[in-house]
Amino acid sequence: MAWTKKILRVNLTDGVISAEPLNMEWAQQYLGQRGLATRYFVEEVDAQVGALSPDNKFIMATGPLTGTMASTGGRYSCITKSPLTGTIACSNSGGFFGAEMKNAGWDMIILEGKSPTPVYLYVENDQARLIPAEDLWGKSVWATDEEIHKKHQDPQIRIACVGRAAESGNLFAAVVNDLHRAAGRSGVGTVLASKNVKAVALRGTRGVGNIKDMKRFMDATFEHKKVLAANAVTGAGLPTYGTQVLMNVINELGALPTRNMREVRFEGAHSVSGEAMHEPRASDGKKNLTRNGGCFGCTIACGRISSVDRTHFSVKDKPQYWGNSGGLEYEAAWALGPDTGVDDLDALTYVNFLCNEDGIDPISFGATVAAAMELFEDGVITTEQTGGIELKFGSAEALVKIAELTARGEGFGKEIGLGSKRLCEKYGRPELSMTVKGQEFPAYDPRGIQGMGLTYATSNRGACHLRSYTVSSEVLGIPVKTDPLATDGKPELVIAFQDATAAVDSSGLCIFSTFAWSLDNIAPQIDAACEGDWSVEKCAEVGARIWQLERDFNMRAGLTAADDTLPKRLLKDAANVGPAEGKVCDLGAMLPKYYELRGWTTEGQLTPETRQRYGLPS
Amino acid sequence: MQKSLHIDPEKCTGCLQCEMACSYENEGVFNPSKSRIKVFTFHDEGRFVPYTCTQCDEAWCMQACPVDAIVLNFVTGAKYILNDRCVGCKVCTIACPFGTVNYNTSTGKVIKCDLCGGDPKCAEACPTGAITYIDANATGLERMRMWAAKTDTQASTHA
Amino acid sequence: MNYVIIGTGPAGVVAAETLRQRESTAAITLIGDEPEPPYSRMAIPYHLIGDIAEEGTHLRKAPAHFERERIQCIQQHVSNIQVDNHQLTLADGSQLGFDKLLLATGSRAVRPPIPGMDLPGVTNCWTLADARRIIAKANAGDDVILMGAGFIGCIILEALAKRGVNLTVVEMENRMVPRMMDEQSGGLLKRWCEQQGVRVLTSTKVKAVSVAGEKLYVELETQPAMQVDLLICATGVKPNIELAKGWLQTRHGILVNRRLQTNHPDIFAAGDVAEGRDFSTGDYSVQAIQPTAVEHGFIAATNMSGGHYLHQGSVNMNVLDTMGLISASFGLWQGVENGESATLNDPEHYRYINLQFKGERLVGANTLGMTQHIGALRGLIQNRTRLGKWKDYLMDNPSRFMEAYLQQRVA
Ligand SMILES: Cc1cc2nc3c(=O)[nH]c(=O)nc-3n(C[C@H](O)[C@H](O)[C@H](O)COP(=O)(O)OP(=O)(O)OC[C@H]3O[C@@H](n4cnc5c(N)ncnc54)[C@H](O)[C@@H]3O)c2cc1C
Ligand code: SF4
Ligand code: SF4
Repeated sequence: MAWTKKILRVNLTDGVISAEPLNMEWAQQYLGQRGLATRYFVEEVDAQVGALSPDNKFIMATGPLTGTMASTGGRYSCITKSPLTGTIACSNSGGFFGAEMKNAGWDMIILEGKSPTPVYLYVENDQARLIPAEDLWGKSVWATDEEIHKKHQDPQIRIACVGRAAESGNLFAAVVNDLHRAAGRSGVGTVLASKNVKAVALRGTRGVGNIKDMKRFMDATFEHKKVLAANAVTGAGLPTYGTQVLMNVINELGALPTRNMREVRFEGAHSVSGEAMHEPRASDGKKNLTRNGGCFGCTIACGRISSVDRTHFSVKDKPQYWGNSGGLEYEAAWALGPDTGVDDLDALTYVNFLCNEDGIDPISFGATVAAAMELFEDGVITTEQTGGIELKFGSAEALVKIAELTARGEGFGKEIGLGSKRLCEKYGRPELSMTVKGQEFPAYDPRGIQGMGLTYATSNRGACHLRSYTVSSEVLGIPVKTDPLATDGKPELVIAFQDATAAVDSSGLCIFSTFAWSLDNIAPQIDAACEGDWSVEKCAEVGARIWQLERDFNMRAGLTAADDTLPKRLLKDAANVGPAEGKVCDLGAMLPKYYELRGWTTEGQLTPETRQRYGLPS
Repeated sequence: MQKSLHIDPEKCTGCLQCEMACSYENEGVFNPSKSRIKVFTFHDEGRFVPYTCTQCDEAWCMQACPVDAIVLNFVTGAKYILNDRCVGCKVCTIACPFGTVNYNTSTGKVIKCDLCGGDPKCAEACPTGAITYIDANATGLERMRMWAAKTDTQASTHA
Repeated sequence: MNYVIIGTGPAGVVAAETLRQRESTAAITLIGDEPEPPYSRMAIPYHLIGDIAEEGTHLRKAPAHFERERIQCIQQHVSNIQVDNHQLTLADGSQLGFDKLLLATGSRAVRPPIPGMDLPGVTNCWTLADARRIIAKANAGDDVILMGAGFIGCIILEALAKRGVNLTVVEMENRMVPRMMDEQSGGLLKRWCEQQGVRVLTSTKVKAVSVAGEKLYVELETQPAMQVDLLICATGVKPNIELAKGWLQTRHGILVNRRLQTNHPDIFAAGDVAEGRDFSTGDYSVQAIQPTAVEHGFIAATNMSGGHYLHQGSVNMNVLDTMGLISASFGLWQGVENGESATLNDPEHYRYINLQFKGERLVGANTLGMTQHIGALRGLIQNRTRLGKWKDYLMDNPSRFMEAYLQQRVA
């Protein structure tokens, strides 16, 4: 149980809204959220579909533990085909939206077709309707959120919406919920906007029950919350520094990609680190970080709530940005900072606000700006293209201006909105794009952390750290320390992480819990809540099945083994300093073994045996 | 010694574990919308403020109830609703100047904090110590009484 | 000390209990003329629905509560009082003396001067006796007219609808609850009732009522006549000031000062019968609501027994559930001169909020479809909270009132 066992299906083309029972057989095979929604998706959508065509679908899905007292149980995911990568997209978000969906009585919302005019979906328990949104079109996420709350006169409504970037066709637009939590990657917001859907607004008052064994569940969640509290990372590091705890650590390691990954260490890392966010600033003595905030049910509370220095050039005349909002997480700080060479914490925080305000993925944005900066320095693009902006590495002014344009889908911001792959191709320098399958890299240089190279190359949604965060093992020693420079054993490690992550992403829990929790902690919580037997082994198997299903979709979408690779810069140009000095990412040493262990042919296709083993749909 | 809920917004991260614990205790499901304690978010200020009944001395709700459905627990000092007496007239919801009695449309009765009979689940669930259940003469109650006093508009001079 | 209280409604009962709390040895007598234990009129609608038995309306539930509190209860009408010699006369002719007297005689329902209003098929809905009549005569399939869609009318409307009668509401003003809700929300309320299958005729008057066989023949202005089984009259109430006449200053109700004392130092008045101070206006008027009756009872008793408690005035407020649509009003919801107001209106979904400000303070509010934290509106008004920047926020989005309220307490 724990599932509400109900799906809300919304046909946007003809405006028909219907409820249907959840396929419980699939739920036993794919658990929920990422896995289960993908199962629905591959069943219903042709893999060759154009991501922005009305035939693509968009699923918002919760896990069985979403909305329960299990710590971190507030997640939901957006599943669709990505316009950025052409692969399956699955972007996970926290905040309060997911729990509200469960409270309204739904495991998933499936949006299909395309509305003839802009609308937003309003769901109050079992009542759902499409409401005209012409007046909201052209508004930012923040303005939309405010308008919808006003319209319904209910401060408790939870809203996920897209901003102006998505409307303008930006290919890495996010769906932002609760003002500053985002299903950020792969352009899921772009898809939602392409369907003329501005927002999904939820109000649920029915409660989340259906727990298989309530007493055991309460005991288990209580027990494992203690584990999170006692752990150095989840109990102290993350609450204090957030994921930004990593900035200095990764820089030390020589694995902090800098200036479009030309370098692996950033001289200004400290100025934009978690520690710096705690330092009182000169102007008003306040810290960048006001406090840490939690998502629904989360006892870690790694969220940053920050403010920008009012005297800073970026916001001086803009009082609307003087308040607090979602602050820098590590990946965003890296993409906006080291990768562009900018070491100005206030500029980064302001740009992060803009990313939330208009719904763009700060990783893809920062990395694309980094690529554009390299194009600019190489003279391939000039101020003619940028509209007068001196797009130089290290320029906070340039970053801020470009961010404003990109957020609103104006000027050169529209070109940034293509993403780094299309931008670099357009200007004839594809090798400058630091992407895999069209998606920009996050903040770990695979020359210094080899496992992450394999992670990026094989990730089912293009370059991403959140598909198998081997940094845990290779850097932090969780659950066991492995050598970040070694390639031996990495295929096994990556697979274990990929499978466990897929299971966690399907449960409703947050992947950050796994700094302290393994499946040994998570499976008992799922098992107490959900009907069926949810042992550690079953969870891992479900995770593997999900991975195979996603892979299968991508192959049918037309990807090949050739897409499982990294930019030349990482494979050919050695790191210039640090422990990895002289090293490249030795992907070739890991990939064949990985294919073999996954049960794929050398072309990267699932073998019939693998297909059968996991009971995949044909 | 009577105890009271002490709330320290400085410590709150807005995770809503308290709301879930409260609704689970009282409704048997996780349902923040039915929680007796509510966490309010002040986004611009970057603050989270848990808020519930202070079990004020004036007990406006109890006084206003036309059918004696709100009664005092002499041990805990809580004013609590007797469900089988409450007729759902909602007068208490407008009488309480703190806004802490709410109508529950699904039952047709009202809900308010009853301190869980002396073992408040919100305090137990709070991971940061933002909600604690402590001796009433400690600072917490003093502060809450001060809030209450601000609303005590009647008293100019008591005798 | 010998205290006598006339009236066993909430004002009288709270006063008696307060006196007992303050003086353990005093003699306290509580006189009421209804043939029931002290009960609450407010609970009558829930009895009509069948949610509670008659006992459920009783103000105090513990058996022998008044005995235990040593409050002597007398079930008789008081015919007159002799203020000069501190005496009163009961209906059976017996005399009773008092040191201090509280008049908590409440109000009674009145019928408009229309021919036929005294026919047996016409009733008020004010007392338990009325309720028994309605229960006998208004059942599934019966045709019923409810005259008056004011506050009381609207409250019993749901009960009547739930009893399954064919209901027609006749209101002479142009909207429902004209003395509690503004035009927009009152209009929404009407539409809501109609959507629930109740016929609502506003701007319509009853001209005359006569007998037509088993039924009543009701003539209406501007509408065809109707034949009904029962006509319930909820057109207004009047304070029971007869006892005070000739002795004490009266206007619409009995005049009192801020101690709830009449112009005679030993006689106090409380509840529906008293013109108490209104918090918002500072004027003295009859509010005729339960929370005010309770407040009066407490303050009057405190002052009768030697306390000095100045009444700041009661906030006029109401909450109403009309077949599931909940409306509320607070303070000066009509607004004030040179004031400002903020409105959100979503007529499609029956949600409405209007806040009225004077300077940076909230002075009144109307809401429709809101159930959460609405007491804070009273708090904001009654604390005369300086809203500061939250005034602007509320002007933009009045539904954020709870945050505005909380901001003051914890900032
Ligand atoms: C159906 C209905 C619904 C209501 N709903 C609400 C509501 O939702 N909210 C709200 O705030 N208010 C409501 N009210 C109004 C509320 O009930 C009154 O404001 C309240 O009862 C006033 O209390 P009181 O003690 O002043 O007078 P009462 O309750 O009227 O009590 C006065 C008593 O004194 C007795 N009495 C009078 N004269 C004499 C005499 N000479 N000798 C002996 N006894 C005498 C009367 O018979 C009566 O029993 C409602 C009223 C009704 C009828
Ligand atoms: S609900 Fe309100 S009036 Fe009642 S005891 Fe609590 S604070 Fe006081
Ligand atoms: S809603 Fe219930 S508890 Fe509140 S005043 Fe009415 S009867 Fe009493």
